[in-house]
Amino acid sequence: MPLLTRLHQNGRAQIVIGLGIGIAFGFFLQKGGVTDYNVIIGQLLLENFVVVKVMLSAVIVAMIGVNLLVHIGYAQLHVSPGSLGSNMIGGLIFGVGFALLGLCPGTVAGAAGTGALDALFGGIIGMLVGAGLFADFYPKIKARFLSCAPLPAQTLPELLRLNRWVVIGIAEIVMIGILLMLAYLGW
Amino acid sequence: MSGILFPATWSPYAAGVGIGVLVCLSFLLCNRPLGASSAYVKARGLLEKAVDPHVEEKKEYYREIAPRVDGVLMILPGIVIGAFISAVLSGQFHLSWVPGLWSATFGDNAIVRVLAAFAGGIILAFGARWAGGCTSGHGISGTSQLSVASIVSAACFFIGGIAAAFVIFHVVGV
Repeated sequence: MPLLTRLHQNGRAQIVIGLGIGIAFGFFLQKGGVTDYNVIIGQLLLENFVVVKVMLSAVIVAMIGVNLLVHIGYAQLHVSPGSLGSNMIGGLIFGVGFALLGLCPGTVAGAAGTGALDALFGGIIGMLVGAGLFADFYPKIKARFLSCAPLPAQTLPELLRLNRWVVIGIAEIVMIGILLMLAYLGW
Repeated sequence: MSGILFPATWSPYAAGVGIGVLVCLSFLLCNRPLGASSAYVKARGLLEKAVDPHVEEKKEYYREIAPRVDGVLMILPGIVIGAFISAVLSGQFHLSWVPGLWSATFGDNAIVRVLAAFAGGIILAFGARWAGGCTSGHGISGTSQLSVASIVSAACFFIGGIAAAFVIFHVVGV
């Protein structure tokens, strides 16, 4: 799609679209309740399941939408080879910060927008410091950890040796099943 | 129609569907997943660049994630503005220093809470960049593409988060 390629390469348009998508994202995050520290900590303490409900609903839609866009040639997949050294260790470190801040990188910005001053002056400033620290340590972390124990495949269909749409069908059924189960249990 | 803008919250399913549509739009219009954590690298890089214009030559990470005002960076002010609009429309904008669940366990000292949030933010950004993405980049955009790396990351975000939250609230804060 030459028109889309031109849009992707138009820096000014991308700034406007990025801002627009960000505004809509922040709006939905607040409306979903996940810009609230209490909701996120409630999820991590397994006392509510709002975060899981928001995320699974998003994935249920995006999995079909993104793969259809790719199928008809309007988008490209952006997957990269992972490793336990990167995704598992990084993910577990992330989890500690997630629980201590009670917000994640997107929702901490949303929380600041709703007036949470601890998110603004603690969380976001901490994120900027942490990003700088990571940039400083990046060459060492990259050499020692990031390609340690590489994952056997980039995507689930490759890993399971199944047709992409079969995997999508199974994943959709599992995710809808989890949402129905949570609703049935009253969580 | 305007009625949907004002309720305090929507059903989490409706908000999730909206976010799912945004992920599709990001792939279609921007040729990239919807993520938040690399925006912090760009913002931090821009701050460093203001002090030292040659920071990209000195630090490899800023050659991979360029400190530039672009669509990736603009997600961040966008989220702040969008959440602000949503909160104001539904009368939920309140200035506060200490969230309820925190104060119930650790008291309402704002300095203690801000320091905890600051430490949490440092660890969160460090972990997100170590894993190559966050709850949106890996958790939603990556899993939607059936990326194994993203599924492993998202599982570890929650395994680590649940374990740490239980330690913070049931061991440290009893």
